Amino acid sequence: MAALSIPPRFRAHSVWALYAIGLLPGLYAFYLGINGGLGADPVREFEHRLGFWALRFLCLGLAVTPLRDLFGVNLIAYRRALGLLAFYYVLAHFTVYLTLDRGLILSSILGDILKRPYIMLGMAGLLMLIPLALTSNRWSIRKLGPRWNQLHKLAYPILLAGLLHYILSIKSITLEPVIYIVIVVALLGYRLARPRLMDWKRGRRAPVAR
Amino acid sequence: MPLYRPPRIASSEITPQNLYLSRRHFLGTAAAGLAFAGAGSALAAPLKASPSAYKVEDKPTSKQDVTTYNNFYEFGTGKADPARYSGDFKPTPWTVEIGGMVAKPQTIDMETILKEIPMEERIYRMRCVEAWSMVIPWIGFPLSALLDRVEPLGSAKYVAFETVVRPKEMPGQSGFFQPLEWPYVEGLRLDEARHPLTILATGLYGETLPNQNGAPLRLVVPWKYGFKGVKSIVKITLTDKEPPTTWNKMAPQEYGFYANVNPAVDHPRWSQATERRIGEANGLFGGARLNTLPFNGYADEVANLYAGMDLKKFY
Repeated sequence: MAALSIPPRFRAHSVWALYAIGLLPGLYAFYLGINGGLGADPVREFEHRLGFWALRFLCLGLAVTPLRDLFGVNLIAYRRALGLLAFYYVLAHFTVYLTLDRGLILSSILGDILKRPYIMLGMAGLLMLIPLALTSNRWSIRKLGPRWNQLHKLAYPILLAGLLHYILSIKSITLEPVIYIVIVVALLGYRLARPRLMDWKRGRRAPVAR
Repeated sequence: MPLYRPPRIASSEITPQNLYLSRRHFLGTAAAGLAFAGAGSALAAPLKASPSAYKVEDKPTSKQDVTTYNNFYEFGTGKADPARYSGDFKPTPWTVEIGGMVAKPQTIDMETILKEIPMEERIYRMRCVEAWSMVIPWIGFPLSALLDRVEPLGSAKYVAFETVVRPKEMPGQSGFFQPLEWPYVEGLRLDEARHPLTILATGLYGETLPNQNGAPLRLVVPWKYGFKGVKSIVKITLTDKEPPTTWNKMAPQEYGFYANVNPAVDHPRWSQATERRIGEANGLFGGARLNTLPFNGYADEVANLYAGMDLKKFY
């Protein structure tokens, strides 16, 4: 689908534009927060908004492959930016948790991390994101070769950890978490079905002689 | 400065004459207010009450926060939903059916309650099970005053409460996805219900209850988590068995019947040791968490109700 791809000379600019646009919701939430625009519990609201954007960018990053496979839309040039945006939001979410929410009281934070499954899952997601962020450059891709692909499959457990972190932190399952569950199940389920789908596609293109 | 001062009521404070005399004036305004609200308006009407010695020293949470940050799933699960989507709710006229193990079962209308039971202002802390808290100047009366009118039988051990079901006026009660089973039901042991701190609230901040806070009549039990405070009550039943309660039915391992505020007993998924006081943060900064107190700071008053009970087991 050539019509949808952006000419190469604009591609770099559009990636930088994605970074800028992607960071806007976080900056806007911060702006609202310091101006009393986040309601009665601004710290919680700010923390939650950052978490939601992390989850959304994780989902978008993992939507790149199915979009290409199923609809011929190639957004691979933006995948690194989507992944890094997710990482920045997770980092910001964690920082707000440590500072504004828990007030850097390390004893209570450590207790929380070691005792609460939902916080452990969030921490696991953050820790798994770190090697991915560190290897999100061309040098690492060249250096690691096929192992880079293996390593970046961590994106799947990261998304799952992010979803569970969210679901376990809420009091009841309402429509919003159900939407996220459906999206994540579709994105991860697609990975299970993908090898067969690809075989079938290849088979149609070039029938193998028996 | 103590966080909570147990009431020491001086004789001079017992119904001052001017207040007693102004009751007639209050009745007039209340009746006018009810008539006004009856016209379909969601506006709160002024509601007079005598001051009470039951008040905490903490700074009250702003009226804005008290009336826009609510858990009232009948109007939606978002904190702002109740204020946003309760406009069609009609709290007048209103009757409460009181029955079960009582000598005088009856259906009482709100007008009678407001006319015949003296209202007091009680400034209470409110601690939500989600680890946030507020300080709210309620107007209301001891639940025991209502129980006395129906004369519970000696066999009655518990009090069950029920919220109204009106899917047409409460958008959270209709539609595809509903988080709870309706009606919302709650309960107390009879001695808890009779405790002087336990009130039925009819107003806050000097006015009748806004719809989003549980108009026209709701339960307030300040030493328990907020979800015990069943709103828009239409039915009160005295019984000899522990009544089912909504959140306990939904997740029994997470929400018990007692639901006493207890920093030592965590919610299975999060800590109850600290809380964030709503409205204390200046923007995003300075909203340090407070340590949660046993029985929400009312231990001197209520701990004896649970003497000998394992509070980890009866959470």
